[in-house]
Amino acid sequence: MSQKPFEEIVAEHGPTVLRGCRAVLGPVDAEDAWSERFLAALSAYPRLRPNSNVEAWLVTIAHRKALDHVRAASRRPVVTDERPERPAKDSNPEGRESGLWEALEALPLEQRQTIAYHHLVGMPYLQVAQIVGGSQDAARRAAADGIATLRKTFSKGEPR
Amino acid sequence: MNERRSTTDEGDPFAALSTVDAEVDRRLHQRLVDAANAAGLLDVAYRTVDTPVGTLLLAATQKGLVRVAYASQDHDLVLEHLARDVSPRVLRAPARLDAVAREIEEYFAGRRRTFDVPLDLRLAHGFRRTVLSHLPEIGYGTTASYAAVAKASGHPKAVRAVGSACANNPLPVVVPCHRVVRSDGTIGQYVGGVEAKETLLTLEGAA
Repeated sequence: MSQKPFEEIVAEHGPTVLRGCRAVLGPVDAEDAWSERFLAALSAYPRLRPNSNVEAWLVTIAHRKALDHVRAASRRPVVTDERPERPAKDSNPEGRESGLWEALEALPLEQRQTIAYHHLVGMPYLQVAQIVGGSQDAARRAAADGIATLRKTFSKGEPR
Repeated sequence: MNERRSTTDEGDPFAALSTVDAEVDRRLHQRLVDAANAAGLLDVAYRTVDTPVGTLLLAATQKGLVRVAYASQDHDLVLEHLARDVSPRVLRAPARLDAVAREIEEYFAGRRRTFDVPLDLRLAHGFRRTVLSHLPEIGYGTTASYAAVAKASGHPKAVRAVGSACANNPLPVVVPCHRVVRSDGTIGQYVGGVEAKETLLTLEGAA
């Protein structure tokens, strides 16, 4: 059993992973993170066991990288001469105008991640739990709490 | 990239984060290709080129051109075989194949008689590889019989093996197996179909 050309992996899973990245990291850092992750995935790809769940594998790689990213961001000194609060605010539809990312960003990381992996990537809670740690119930609760908060903080649209 | 499921319904609260338009897609793909190339991870780069004999798939390793395939050979299948036989690190990355594509366009425009891009013959083994290495000796606009090629390859009796080397040529057009014809003067078989063989030989003024 041989592996598909990596190009197919990018075509099949690229958009989904990008959605997850946006939800966890925000639209600005999402593309950097996506690029890093797919490069890391390309590097490891020949060693992936045949019949693996490619999406879970990609999200696992993405998750570890995201943690690094978030930790680095929290340590990064906030020296702003004026770093525009959100670059190119008017030119990009990716969650900026709607205020959705701001609402997500205000959530605890775990809630944001479980929402990203379950609601945006579409993984079942069991898998989400395997990636973020903790039980399936805890993952379900974290996502539900997050969605409940979003309902209050994010008025546009009707979060499920 | 394909949308696997619709997350852009009106009622979807995450629609704003879900849109991945063609521009974003193109930009991210290019970034990945550039980073892979810089990291030495782009094991197989490919692109297609449109020609009078149909769309050709071109694929190259870091060493050189490794595969040319006719549409009739099923490009998706050819890419799967490259993933199996060379490396699964396969990406659509036209830049590495710019020089090859240009030479092929020049060839079909009648402005080029030989190809001088680096070749990677790793998909041909043993006697088949020996045969392929002798094919460029058959000059543009001329033909040679399977028997003559067998002789040049050091095994005069291996006429059938020459036929199968040509039938399995991983680099048709560039390694000119189309110039090998039957001893009775008829055109013989071709990996891209007899019609393509006729087109190439007519282009070269050999038929």
